[in-house]
Amino acid sequence: MAHRIEIFTEVNDTKSQTLKKRLESLGYNVEKVRVVEVYTIGKELTPEQINKVAHMLANPISQSYKIDTAANEDFDHAIEIGFLPGVTDNVGSTAKESTEDLLKIKFQGQEAVHTSKLIFIKGDVDATEISKNLANDLIQRIHIKTKTDFERDGGMDTIIPIVQLESEQKVDEVNLNISEEDLLKLGKEGIPNADGTRRGPLALEKDYLHAIKSYYEKEGRNPTDIELESLAQTWSEHCKHTIFAAQIDENPEGLYKGFIKKATQEVRKAKGKDDFCVSVFSDNSGGIVFDENWVITDKAETHNSPSALDPFGGAITGIVGVNRDCVGFGKGAKPIINKYGFCVGNPQNETPLFRDKEKNTPALTPKRILEGVVDGVNAGGNESGIPTPQGFVYFDDSYKGKPLVFVGTVGLIPREINGKPSWEKQAKAGDKIVVVGGRVGQDGIHGATFSSEALTTGSPATAVQIGDPITQKKLSDAIVKEARDLELYNSITDCGAGGISCSVAEMAKECGGCDVELDKVPTKYPNLEPWQIWISESQERMTLAVPPEKLTAFIELMNKRGVEASVIGEFTDSGRCVVNFNNEKIMDLEMDFLHDGLPKKELKTQYNKPELQEPTFEEPQNLTETLHKMLERPNITSFEFISRQYDHIVQGTAVLGPLHGKGRVNSNASVTKPFIETNRGIICSQGINATYSQIDTYDMAASAIDTAIRNAIAIGGNLDHLALMDNFCWCSSNDPQRLGELKSAAQACYNYAVAYGTPYISGKDSMFNDFQGFDNDSNPIKISALPTLLVSSISVTKDITKTISMDTKFANDLVYILGETKDELGGSEYFGMHNEIGKRVPKVNAQKAISLYRAFMEAADKRLIASSISITHGGLAVALAKKAIAGQMGMNIDLSNAPQENMRKDHLLFSETQSRFIVTVAPTNKSQFEEIFKDQQFALIGTTTEDQKFIIKDTLETDIPTLEKRYKSTFKNY
Amino acid sequence: MKPNAIIITGYGINCEEETAKCFELSGANSKIVHINDLIENPKQLNEFQIMAFPGGFSYGDDMGSGNALANKIRNNINDEMLTFANEDKLIIGICNGCQIVANLGLAPAINQKYGERQVALMHNATARYECRWVYTKNTSQKCIWTRNIDALYVPIAHGEGNFYMPEETLKQLQENDQIAFRYTKPDGSPANQEFPHNPNGAMDDIAGIYDESGRIFAFMPHPERFNAFTNMEGWQLEKEKLLREGKELPKEGAGMQIFKNAVNYFSQN
Repeated sequence: MAHRIEIFTEVNDTKSQTLKKRLESLGYNVEKVRVVEVYTIGKELTPEQINKVAHMLANPISQSYKIDTAANEDFDHAIEIGFLPGVTDNVGSTAKESTEDLLKIKFQGQEAVHTSKLIFIKGDVDATEISKNLANDLIQRIHIKTKTDFERDGGMDTIIPIVQLESEQKVDEVNLNISEEDLLKLGKEGIPNADGTRRGPLALEKDYLHAIKSYYEKEGRNPTDIELESLAQTWSEHCKHTIFAAQIDENPEGLYKGFIKKATQEVRKAKGKDDFCVSVFSDNSGGIVFDENWVITDKAETHNSPSALDPFGGAITGIVGVNRDCVGFGKGAKPIINKYGFCVGNPQNETPLFRDKEKNTPALTPKRILEGVVDGVNAGGNESGIPTPQGFVYFDDSYKGKPLVFVGTVGLIPREINGKPSWEKQAKAGDKIVVVGGRVGQDGIHGATFSSEALTTGSPATAVQIGDPITQKKLSDAIVKEARDLELYNSITDCGAGGISCSVAEMAKECGGCDVELDKVPTKYPNLEPWQIWISESQERMTLAVPPEKLTAFIELMNKRGVEASVIGEFTDSGRCVVNFNNEKIMDLEMDFLHDGLPKKELKTQYNKPELQEPTFEEPQNLTETLHKMLERPNITSFEFISRQYDHIVQGTAVLGPLHGKGRVNSNASVTKPFIETNRGIICSQGINATYSQIDTYDMAASAIDTAIRNAIAIGGNLDHLALMDNFCWCSSNDPQRLGELKSAAQACYNYAVAYGTPYISGKDSMFNDFQGFDNDSNPIKISALPTLLVSSISVTKDITKTISMDTKFANDLVYILGETKDELGGSEYFGMHNEIGKRVPKVNAQKAISLYRAFMEAADKRLIASSISITHGGLAVALAKKAIAGQMGMNIDLSNAPQENMRKDHLLFSETQSRFIVTVAPTNKSQFEEIFKDQQFALIGTTTEDQKFIIKDTLETDIPTLEKRYKSTFKNY
Repeated sequence: MKPNAIIITGYGINCEEETAKCFELSGANSKIVHINDLIENPKQLNEFQIMAFPGGFSYGDDMGSGNALANKIRNNINDEMLTFANEDKLIIGICNGCQIVANLGLAPAINQKYGERQVALMHNATARYECRWVYTKNTSQKCIWTRNIDALYVPIAHGEGNFYMPEETLKQLQENDQIAFRYTKPDGSPANQEFPHNPNGAMDDIAGIYDESGRIFAFMPHPERFNAFTNMEGWQLEKEKLLREGKELPKEGAGMQIFKNAVNYFSQN
């Protein structure tokens, strides 16, 4: 027998009020909305016990409760939304733990507390339709009753969502002696079940299947299902980065070794004793020197495919997942900065898309995806206590089918732990394999192979995961703040894509083998198939190698911190990856074959550049209104609604966050001071210019690199201590043209990193950001994301008091433009506003840029610059407007002597030529400032003013309140 | 004497390190103790004069912010906690810690009813987590933690910071002088519940309350995040002003005074 406790908020019921507003904004005419929290206790309790529990759950000052009794409400429809069986229910887990603690009892087996929301609605509305707007049926269940049904039944039904799996937990042999056609089908759709259904994509291509077939011919047997699943995980594009590793045209080293890694090697060599890299590409994150005692780490990931299906779940597991890449660096780094970047379709775009021809499964709209991913990173970052000072949003309808969700984490770790380098780790034969954190369920099965394919109807729902940041926080604290410095383990790694099949096999490389007892892995519910336990991507887990003599101490510590830790086997030097289940050997693969048996791909590329023209529209008469409209563009406008709901000051390390000045303008770089006692700081920035790839991906990549570096320099970054990360998000990466575009972008990555002397320390690629589905008329449609490169920079400054915010500070300061403006509006926001692409895309001249950046650094070091902004999307006029809004003071500008090619006024205002800044300088510093820049292209273009007028002579005239209003209009209701 | 401060952590509390650091820089010894270790050995409380519940997301705010951790304490070391509260010792709860202290009934504890929940911290009126700097004014005469502070510009970061209580309770708090800080407009005039000056809709613009003795302080804003001058929103403008006047830049943040007050209570007595 189960109990149902309903909790009613009696005062300040903001949840109900907010929902009512939301429903009204969706066009529903609702009179009254009341949201009730429901706890369903799946355990027999005495009336006295259940009363105690209800009293504990409800706040006596503001709430009331009902136990096993129908609510007495005035309503027409009752909608209850709960989780589907097996979906993580964090509040339920906490309530269970608190109930056990309160009553001093233990819940047994699948006894649990389940939460749901009961929504009473009064009004003439379609409850079924409303419920679809409120719930995601991939993870949630919906029950609806009318007032009549509700009264007849005595309330809502008591439902216990537990997972019941009909399984014998057996291992199947997979026959590979089948026709070529069936073999390919096996690779594409997965292992057949007895009933003819398939288990989901293996994403194994023809030559991979043949390599596997010949391996087993040599072994004289067929593979087991778990072996095949394991190979598919390990060899996936997601895990092995097969495209970046493949020979590309005549270059046998491929994109990664031949361009990215090569750039880093050359930069490090050229830097000699000034090389600041510590650990690059070889670990979960990259690490560079912070000072003589500390290393900082950085990593950026994407979580695109899961976010398309469940934006909240995809984004939250993305951010807490990349946190684990930090905890998994070396012996374990402490996460100190989170970063994000959301590329989504235009939120105004509501044209429906469907995953299936019958239109039963609509894709989520860009607006819902945006809201979901914003909430996901909110929950993940805020609950983990990691500040999020840095991020961006970027809109283009090519991201409508599949969004790009970038998440990144910077970490901090001592250079030495007990006298040993902190970044070195090695599992030893005989070490116990220990998994810590969450339990395994069916969630996240086939995530790695799924993200290696385009999104279609066949995309598995089990790929959806819900995050549990607090479980991970407990685990992360126990590792980084305690176990690490006690040296309780030899090695650690994140358990991410591919689950333990990848983390254990990966760590086993350090010693040469492993022997796993799969039945020792704790599961959320009974009867999971062995192969599912092996590859499940259930969240918040890490894998460690614990020496036997430290095992007791390690497990005790974890238990004391509320962290589940389980020994699931032993590392060996047998050269084989062996997995047993209930004492039966179910997997026995050569380590060499598992890791290196995959045939190397050879990719052929071509890059036919598009035939493009410059647009022919006339220069607008009213450039004032043009500027106002530019400020409303989604890629330019304020996204303060995100910035201020992300805690960017936790840990007490904030220096410059996401918003600058009294006018609160979004910045594109941030400054963090990790230690209270010193002024050394970390500067993070990001650069993205995806629209340029419509013209040339080489220039797109060059601009992204220059933008990331320039954004850092503008806030006070240090070019001599600056590292980069590359995140490629491509599409259709089996198409030679797309690969040609990719190769060209990678070539730019090499050229510019070497030129700037900025090494890559980590990177990630996601190669199939395509949506294949149907439009409203059931016509097939494919939407491919723009070839997108996100470049992130991390740099170290010796003195954060020398950093510079963008807001203008005092009236009568001098306004300068640094750098030459060219007629380069190809792919610009301005052309985009006219629905044009254009042809002349910004080109980056690295040598000129470096010289300018060095002058900038000198002026910043001498404190000659009062405010500074890097000119990015929207060009010069937008940068001037942002500075003026941030400073809340006027500007009087005359561009007649600004360094430029001869061009139209509107082009001068909105050109996106790279490597430019606007700065303001105190009049007393004029000559010293100009002396430093005497060899650069720069000009004094005006002054700041006491009044609120914003004037560009002979061009436009407006005022600060109007600029601010327009800048903040687009997302004002978000 | 140099006081010892115990900083409670565990289950999603996440501001323990910077809180401990602020106490240390103010002259205390501080020790971060996991709640499970405290439950295992509650006697260690005798070693401490100051207790801090730092900010964070204990239990992910599941079941209401601060409620689950308060229950854990109540279910296991209630007596020891009440003993500490009744002694001549100091307790501070910051943000999530404020919610814990309120749920434990350590503040306001009108009529010295330590252990009775008398106020609630409800969802922000905006229904959204807010992270921003706010202006507050100290309106208390007797709170030990807020001595030597008139106005404090300080950050908040919370989703449930809306102080709510029955009218009668509010009247008693006002009469007893148990309201330590109120949100104001930048000019120091009352916020009058106007967003964003009052960031959460709290009754009477309350940002912090304390017990009748002035020793136990429950505060929604984060003074530990204003440990350095360069933490302050708008410090860049202040910096430029000072540079032009030829003055030195300050190092410390104004939030430190709260921690110093606690240390001084013991070191100067």
